[in-house]
Amino acid sequence: MTDISAPNAMGVAKQRRVDVTSAAAQARVRARYRSEARFKTYGLLALGITTVFVGVLLSDILLRGLPSFWQHRLVLDVPVAADAFGPPGKADVAAIRGGDYFPITKAALANAIPGIESRSAEKQLNRLLSTGAPDELRERLAANPALIGKTVKVPLLLSDDADLYFKGGETAIVKRAPRGIATPSGVNGEITVLTASNDFSDELITIKRALAAAAARTQFESNRLLKSPDKANQTRGTELAAEAKNLSTRAELSRGEEVLDDKVPSVLIEINGGLVKANKLGDSSITGEVLLPLKSTAEAKPADWKIVTFVTPEANRKVTDQEVAFLERLRSNGAVENVFNWRFFTAGDSREPELAGVRGALVGTALTLFVTLILCLPIGVGAAVYLEEFAPKNRFTDLVEVNINNLAAVPSIVFGLLGLAVFLNFFGLPRSAPLVGGLVLALLVLPTIIIAGRAALRSVPPSIKEAALGVGASHQQAIFHHVLPLAMPGIMTGTIIGMAHALGETAPLLMIGMIAFIVDVPQSFVESATVMPVQIYLWSDLPEKAFQAKTAGAIIVLLGFLFLMNGMAIWLRKRFERRW
Amino acid sequence: MSGIYFGTIALLMIAGFVAVRGRAHALASTGAVGSRLSMHSLPMYHGLLAATLVLLPMLIVYLFGSTIVTRWSEAQALSKLPSEVATNELARGAALRDVYNILTGKFQGEPSAVLKAAAEALRNSSSLGGWLVYGLGVALAGAGLLFSFIRVNGEFRARNMFERIVKVILLLCATVAVLTTIGIVFSVLYETMRFFFDPALKGRPTVSDFLFGTEWNPQAALRADQGDIKTAFGFIPLLTGTLLITFIAICVAGPLGLLSAIYLAEYASPAFRAWAKPILEILAGIPTVVLGFFAALTVAPLIRGWGESFGLDIASESALAAGLVMGMMIIPFISSLSDDVINAVPQSMRDGSYALGATKSETIKQVILPAALGGIVSAFMLAISRAIGETMIVVMAAGLAANLTFNPLDAVTTITVQIKTILVGDQEFDSAKTLAAFALGLVLFFFTLILNVIALIIVRRNREQYD
Repeated sequence: MTDISAPNAMGVAKQRRVDVTSAAAQARVRARYRSEARFKTYGLLALGITTVFVGVLLSDILLRGLPSFWQHRLVLDVPVAADAFGPPGKADVAAIRGGDYFPITKAALANAIPGIESRSAEKQLNRLLSTGAPDELRERLAANPALIGKTVKVPLLLSDDADLYFKGGETAIVKRAPRGIATPSGVNGEITVLTASNDFSDELITIKRALAAAAARTQFESNRLLKSPDKANQTRGTELAAEAKNLSTRAELSRGEEVLDDKVPSVLIEINGGLVKANKLGDSSITGEVLLPLKSTAEAKPADWKIVTFVTPEANRKVTDQEVAFLERLRSNGAVENVFNWRFFTAGDSREPELAGVRGALVGTALTLFVTLILCLPIGVGAAVYLEEFAPKNRFTDLVEVNINNLAAVPSIVFGLLGLAVFLNFFGLPRSAPLVGGLVLALLVLPTIIIAGRAALRSVPPSIKEAALGVGASHQQAIFHHVLPLAMPGIMTGTIIGMAHALGETAPLLMIGMIAFIVDVPQSFVESATVMPVQIYLWSDLPEKAFQAKTAGAIIVLLGFLFLMNGMAIWLRKRFERRW
Repeated sequence: MSGIYFGTIALLMIAGFVAVRGRAHALASTGAVGSRLSMHSLPMYHGLLAATLVLLPMLIVYLFGSTIVTRWSEAQALSKLPSEVATNELARGAALRDVYNILTGKFQGEPSAVLKAAAEALRNSSSLGGWLVYGLGVALAGAGLLFSFIRVNGEFRARNMFERIVKVILLLCATVAVLTTIGIVFSVLYETMRFFFDPALKGRPTVSDFLFGTEWNPQAALRADQGDIKTAFGFIPLLTGTLLITFIAICVAGPLGLLSAIYLAEYASPAFRAWAKPILEILAGIPTVVLGFFAALTVAPLIRGWGESFGLDIASESALAAGLVMGMMIIPFISSLSDDVINAVPQSMRDGSYALGATKSETIKQVILPAALGGIVSAFMLAISRAIGETMIVVMAAGLAANLTFNPLDAVTTITVQIKTILVGDQEFDSAKTLAAFALGLVLFFFTLILNVIALIIVRRNREQYD
């Protein structure tokens, strides 16, 4: 602007002329438009990244969590001995409920996979079942004691590892047809299988490759540890270096026969209705143990036997080769069913992933949020009404206002400290109780509700109040009979959003001890309880892989409730909110 | 006992309301005081006053009475126990737990005769005290009822009295927020004072040790050989850890949040806004425990894997993973607050800039952002305060070891992680370790308080500028 108005030395206004048609000027304009487009793209990009993040987050949780809503069971014919629960015909319900079911399920499994001789194999077979496996059988027998002495077809719950195996991801199984005729040397125990052709040369190459890869991985890990200043890491690093060296020597050696261990893929042979696991692998022979007994030692034609590889090394998975063999046999027998996991919603917490459920946490959440709601709704509305309608404009009101805005931004963990110091230590309220959790959460969401309430009250036009006052209502009658009902949808929306916030809050509840391991569903406000977010936190800390899926499953339930509450808030806003 | 008490409250309230309103009705409809109009207050208000006069005294009596009764009966029980139990805090707590377990039938095994006597004393005195409280509450409620019943007449201003009571109750509601702040400050301050100045506390640090020490290791203070403990409570590594993660978070959320806000406020069509805003709202509504799970199980291994493929050695609990996810968490904060302030910039300023031939982005960079700067700065400050106080993401994705480092690929710990670690699980209230958590809480509270207050002041000034 100075260019236009500033007079020059001779006192005559000098105009700066810009030639907008010159090439330079047009280049400038183009550059400006390019920068405009660039800037706009940045904005879109930022939104895009955020969207992608939300999408990845939600789909990651869904992918991890959805499998936990299903679980695998074995449907077996279970023979129940007549004298399993005391003398035949005399078993009472208490004896049935308190009975020992292990021999029964053991017998059922032995029936399903006959011919198992070794103790360790038998142990692994029994380990496939959950400790809660007989629950359904117990209920049926208790309901109908006449079934004792008969064979009952019931579902038995599988253990978490077996369940995970069926859900996939544990190991890929590759089956390959051989070329030669195979001869097994026995049907059980340690046997040798010879073939007429060099059928196993491919497997040998695979094993060598796996050894080389394992050597490289171990070497990398060892280098990483050796760099760390920590003494223990140094020692471990040296150990790993030696192991890597060992592995790479094995990989490079071109001997005819290779001893297999649990660090390389497992090679097995399916022959004569049985399964043999190779311990020693040569070009045309294997020596190994029988996992599933063979029917005979007859020669098998190439079409009648198969080379099977479990790609993931045994050390890297939860289920052993023996267990995989059992599970695959049970599956091919049609004994495995995949059902919706109702237990997840009806059971309390448990140390066994397949038995754990969210019911306890859900009830705890309901109790806690109930306390929160009955405290913070009346107090929040009361405070909002007072501040908006009755408060004199003075220092105290100002202080309260600043205070409320400030409180809304105080870290939630500080509220936990308050709860710990005041409610637990000073007032001596019980630890871990929904009552205290509800109190702390009420204080936490109170500012949100007050702020929302004040906004809702402010949005009601003053003419409503004035009209009420004009026909002779008292101030309070005008507010409580006319203004407040009109502001109610806004207040409810704010309350629901506040409650959704409380539902997702974890940190303050950890402080007041709502982190205990609680199997029973809480019955009252002063019993120990836990809530959904804390349950999620607890499960996420556990080492069992099955609990990861459970954690994600619990997150899906929690997010479901949150979306429901937020959806309700939006619906309320759309349905009832009036624009004046 | 509480059940009976609250049942009585409900019963008396309903009875009082019905009786007093009925009396007022009867009075109003008979000719005793002329016509209905000559009553000052509606019968309804007489009834409401009666109900209030039942409720308030009974509630107050209950709140104070039950606390006093609990204390008194516990003292009675303790007096039956050997005197060394009463003086030792831990033994006292254990004994009281035993006594309560005996009363609820949860006690394992056969209690000793002394414990049985104590349980008996507790039962007797608490039932005696309970009935005393009940009697006092009912007596006061009866007095209130009598008062309101007698005062039913034409002149009595029942409505005014009732409204005055209501107003006091509303005022009390508004005071709860102030009391909360006072409660926070005092409880945290008190324990912090003990942490620094309680002479009975073993291994307490001095204030300057705490503020400027570079080593944090609260476990050391619990060891029997209390040798070199003063170095254990150095706060600096926690501060740097917190600031490092917060810095990463702001580096992520600042540009993303601000650019999103600018795009939504200035470029987006209403249809696009309607589609994009809910995404940010979904992100804002996701509980932090979920984000922590995602950070620990998905983001951290991913970053570690990338690092490995470049030959970098990244800790599995790196500050980077926690910071990235925390950044994602605060994007909605920054974007919604910035969106508001950008929208608050008057249209006339935009129009002026366009009239001079500026492009949209030039207008945004040179007119709108400077005008909205205060609000944006305060949005950033609120976001920083949120990031500093955030707990679950760092608890699940950041480490526990207090490393004094600025390398985002290393594991660091934060103030909130340490508070959580110290206070979850068994705790004794007279160990320096437990009290250290409160000192950390105090630091956290004042840190965020200062940020919030500055942000609020800026927002207020900014709002006044354009209103």
